[in-house]
Amino acid sequence: MGDRLLVTPPPHVKSAKTVQGIMLDVVIALCPAAIAGIVLFGFRAALIILASVVSAVASEAIYQRAVKKQVTINDFSAVITGLLLALTLPPNVPVWIPVIGAAFAIVVVKQLFGGLGNNFLNPALAARAFLLAAWPLHMTQDWVNPMSYDAATSATPLAGFNATGQTALTFKEMLLGQRLGSIGETCILALLLGGIYLLARDVIDYRTPLGYLGTLAVGTWIFGKPGELFQGNPLSAIFLGGAFIGAFFMATDYVTSPVTPRGRLYMGIGCGLITLVIRLWGGYPEGVTYAILFMNLVTPLIDKYVVPRYYGSGHDKMARKGGGR
Amino acid sequence: MITIIKKMIGGVPVPDKKELSEKAPVEFAGIPDELVLFMSHHIGAPAVPLVKPKDTVKRGQLIAEPQGLVSAALHAPTSGVVKAIEPRFHPVLACMSEAIVIEPDGKHEPVEGLAPKASDLDSLSAEQIRAIAREAGIVGLGGACFPTSAKITPPEDKHLDTYLLNGSECEPYLTADHRVMLEEAEKVIFGFKALMKASGVSRGIVCIEDNKPDAIEAMKQAMSGYDGLELAVLTTRYPRGGEKQLTQAVLGREVPPPPGLPYDVGVLVSNVGTAYALAEAILTGLPLVERVVTVTGEGVAKPSNFKALIGTPVSYLIEKAGGFAGTPGKVIMGGPMMGCALKSLDVPVLKGTTGILVLTKEQAVQEPILPCIKCGKCIDACPLGLQPLWISAYAERGFIEEAESFRAMDCMECGCCAYICPAKRPLVQLIKMAKAEISSRRKARR
Repeated sequence: MGDRLLVTPPPHVKSAKTVQGIMLDVVIALCPAAIAGIVLFGFRAALIILASVVSAVASEAIYQRAVKKQVTINDFSAVITGLLLALTLPPNVPVWIPVIGAAFAIVVVKQLFGGLGNNFLNPALAARAFLLAAWPLHMTQDWVNPMSYDAATSATPLAGFNATGQTALTFKEMLLGQRLGSIGETCILALLLGGIYLLARDVIDYRTPLGYLGTLAVGTWIFGKPGELFQGNPLSAIFLGGAFIGAFFMATDYVTSPVTPRGRLYMGIGCGLITLVIRLWGGYPEGVTYAILFMNLVTPLIDKYVVPRYYGSGHDKMARKGGGR
Repeated sequence: MITIIKKMIGGVPVPDKKELSEKAPVEFAGIPDELVLFMSHHIGAPAVPLVKPKDTVKRGQLIAEPQGLVSAALHAPTSGVVKAIEPRFHPVLACMSEAIVIEPDGKHEPVEGLAPKASDLDSLSAEQIRAIAREAGIVGLGGACFPTSAKITPPEDKHLDTYLLNGSECEPYLTADHRVMLEEAEKVIFGFKALMKASGVSRGIVCIEDNKPDAIEAMKQAMSGYDGLELAVLTTRYPRGGEKQLTQAVLGREVPPPPGLPYDVGVLVSNVGTAYALAEAILTGLPLVERVVTVTGEGVAKPSNFKALIGTPVSYLIEKAGGFAGTPGKVIMGGPMMGCALKSLDVPVLKGTTGILVLTKEQAVQEPILPCIKCGKCIDACPLGLQPLWISAYAERGFIEEAESFRAMDCMECGCCAYICPAKRPLVQLIKMAKAEISSRRKARR
């Protein structure tokens, strides 16, 4: 036989799942939100998205080439980071904001800690927190009125909702995203579409968004109306602000969230609680970014203590109690 | 009584590819030019040769005797001359290993005194059945090759109540057990009753995956004349047929972690091929000298099920199956999930060889290994509730104690984690590495 036989360890068949395929699924799932953002906030939004994605991919390639590592931009993970960052930015920020933000996300948050799989914070969110600290005015005032495309600097509807427990927006307006807000966070319908796609493709675990949005909804229902208990509006709480995009696309990030199903539920609940506390009793109108970043930090702790039940563990427990088999 | 069982912890849905060979009746593969019989065919001490080079041997003649309780006898599969006793490459141990090489004379002449031991079980005592199993060199034919006589002689302090006959054959591609159940259902059940009698167990459950409806029907028919037998039909999912998985799914009992065995919870598990071999030994007197081997895969011209003499070269069986279809990329002894890849086809069929699988050049690709993205799919897939990502990460960096604390030694190497891993990480290999290191450290401490 002229050809050599391949000798590798078992298993000799592998599933069709690949890292690239999973990342591509996330990109596909983000497309409805990106398109909705462009429709709602105009050409400006498209420019921000483009700048952010190009900057993320270019930063990864340039950094990896500079330190003589293999260039891995074809795994689509940098595309996701760029896209996610852009979707969390106000539509009217200067173009250099996403360029700097995406570069920070890729180089400082991801690559300096070892690249894909080794970063402990969600790169897009850590970059967003950095931008918020460095250029707070751009990050909180550069809004655009939906469909009319003119600039607005007033507070987003969430600030008012947190203070009063009410919003003037209709259910339909919230669902379609016709409000001030970041490019990709407002259109709940588009986010839901992407989220369902990820669930159907078995990319994300339903427990994280369920825990997150469930906790936020219940918490807001209990405490959301000032001075009264059990009078809050749970639906507006999850539709306004960034909870929806955070719950489906950021708290579910594999690398920075727990690895077990139960751990992922705790991740969601933790994010929901912290978001609630920041919104109702904190200094910022929105707490999604810090809630998820905080839970990213807690993830190793969750992974340490929330472990699956191993087969045969009942025998060990009995042995420890001194019982026989 | 028939139970349908759907529940299972972990596991992966692997395309079973049984259609390639499940319709091919078992045929005798024939007598090759050379048979290679290793002294180590089983778990435990190697057998000791009783013949010398140039001795003539007959079919069924004892050529090596067991050494200790956990060991197995070895017999000549056909008549011929002992060509040599020398080290040959052992495909599973992956090292040179002592073997008796026989040059067949083509006459297939049985040894004198080869006669049925009994025609029914009533005339045999439990001790007599155990002795027959031991004399016939029978080992577990599901792949692990644990000597059957040792299995049916469990320690006095273990109270056994149930015997599971494993016909699940959850490894994709393989159809040897399927064909044996379909074609020899009566004998399989006879052998199962013999195993039950020898071990003093009165409740027997035949376990079959639901992708073999014809085998289920045949076994149901064969069982009808016996008392104390039940049938469990299980949904098809790998690794359904692992003995721990079966014990859990069928009886709701969990086997203690290693070194725990099913008998710790009152259960014995044997493969249908083993029951068939024992039936043959009782009803015809023929020791374990041949077994059913599936030769299959997209890379062979005519996927087949052969009755092959132990020691038959793999190359001979592939030729009998019509040779390669196209360029072979990988040849595997065993199934695709746990079998071992062969670098040469010049190795023999062992007692535990369930199949020979040939993958095409296109199927045998080595995908690049990416960093772990912590998707956790390996945790969902692990049927033992382990966390392969952490064990392998520690093993990779040499943190052996941490790997041990994450229960590396529990791993049964079923391959579900590495199958599902999107980063194509060699998880099983890394965990095996950790296990080997943990074992050697434990030995050093002793």
